[in-house]
Amino acid sequence: MFHGYLAAILGGLSVTLSVAAVSLAVACVFGLLGAVAKMSKSRGLRWAAEAYTTLIRGLPELVLMLFIFYGGQILLNAITESQGWDTIDVPPFAAGVLTIGFIFGAYLTETFRGAILAIPRGQTEAAQAYGLNRRQVLTRIVLPQMVRHAIPGFANNWLVMVKATALVSIIGLDDMLHRANMAASATREPFTFFMLIALIYLTITTLSIGALWFVEKRFSLGVKAVHF
Amino acid sequence: MDWGVVTGSLPDFVQGLKVCLLLLVISVATGFVLSVPLAVARVSPRRWLSVPVWLFTYVFRGTPLLVQLFVIYYGLAQFEAVRNSVLWPLLREAWFCAWLAFALNTTAYTTEIFAGALRSTPSGELDAARAYGLSGFKLYSRILLPSALRRALPQYSNEVVGMMHATAIASTVTLVDVTRVARDVYANHLLPAEAFGTAAVIYFALTFTLVGAFKLLERRFLRHLATERRAA
Repeated sequence: MFHGYLAAILGGLSVTLSVAAVSLAVACVFGLLGAVAKMSKSRGLRWAAEAYTTLIRGLPELVLMLFIFYGGQILLNAITESQGWDTIDVPPFAAGVLTIGFIFGAYLTETFRGAILAIPRGQTEAAQAYGLNRRQVLTRIVLPQMVRHAIPGFANNWLVMVKATALVSIIGLDDMLHRANMAASATREPFTFFMLIALIYLTITTLSIGALWFVEKRFSLGVKAVHF
Repeated sequence: MDWGVVTGSLPDFVQGLKVCLLLLVISVATGFVLSVPLAVARVSPRRWLSVPVWLFTYVFRGTPLLVQLFVIYYGLAQFEAVRNSVLWPLLREAWFCAWLAFALNTTAYTTEIFAGALRSTPSGELDAARAYGLSGFKLYSRILLPSALRRALPQYSNEVVGMMHATAIASTVTLVDVTRVARDVYANHLLPAEAFGTAAVIYFALTFTLVGAFKLLERRFLRHLATERRAA
């Protein structure tokens, strides 16, 4: 049915999944930094975080991706040239992951900020009263409790992000969609292959929704459920 | 910055902007018209009405728009029956396929937004409407939908802005929108800041215009909630 291209497509799936997983890690880093910066006392940090989220959320992902991919390469060339180094090619994987992570970091900034604000003030005050320093309050009290509040927004962002990884084929990454494209033109059966990866994406979505349901239960263990 | 390249490509960007806006307007308009009845079906207690709509929104929200567009534009041509059908002159046009894919995609998201708003109808509104003897079409058209669509406005504005950003994907199927123009300018001059920077400024201006327009709509249609919101 797939003329022997199934293995190649599934190989592309592993690229898609690793792009998604690494992007998620990058996005979490940017998101946490953004959330902490938005709530910091420094006006400069707050302003920078505000500019970051506003700019990113105002632009299409594809345009940002092309901008960062091509612009980043030329910026890198200018730097290496001025230093007299050899040119460094940005690997498409790194470019894709950094771009998607950077974009979704802006969305996660809002999710994390909201989740941190949802923690009762008494928690941090109690921690301070116990003599914990600022870093300890953040890593031991605020962040672990934030997870529960962040799960719904985080899940949404993950689902949107998995679908956004399809765009990396446009900047030349050999992902699932790219391989489907090749298989489609080689066999002249585009419907078969695009439909196949549509089904694979749908499976990823379904599995993610199931997994997040379990995670949500796990992190809400100590919380009384409200029954209407 | 090479401003000559920017000013020289401005006429192309204006053309691209027209393509982007036209695609946005026809897709969102189609999506709105289809979503209202679909949302009513989605919240219906009759399962033969709600389950097919749920399946439709699940499939279209669970797969990337880019893949949906490829299935329609490249995929359908695989079948002899499609190529011989009366719809073929339309289905081989990138314009038509982009409209179809975008409209179906935004319909799926908008249906869920409207259905969510319908579900959050205060039960008193429904009781009062029934007490006045309203039912069926009149109940929905006079009471439930006007109230639900207002409540859906903030989320709906996000969907419209998201759709505007999604039109950039049309550049992958030969449509010359703002993103395609930017990619062509980049290919000709190898100047990313000039090419994608100009596109970014255009999209950014569009985003803010849309967000502002929806703020005005919210002020007009959610006036009855304004004081509540201030108190909260």
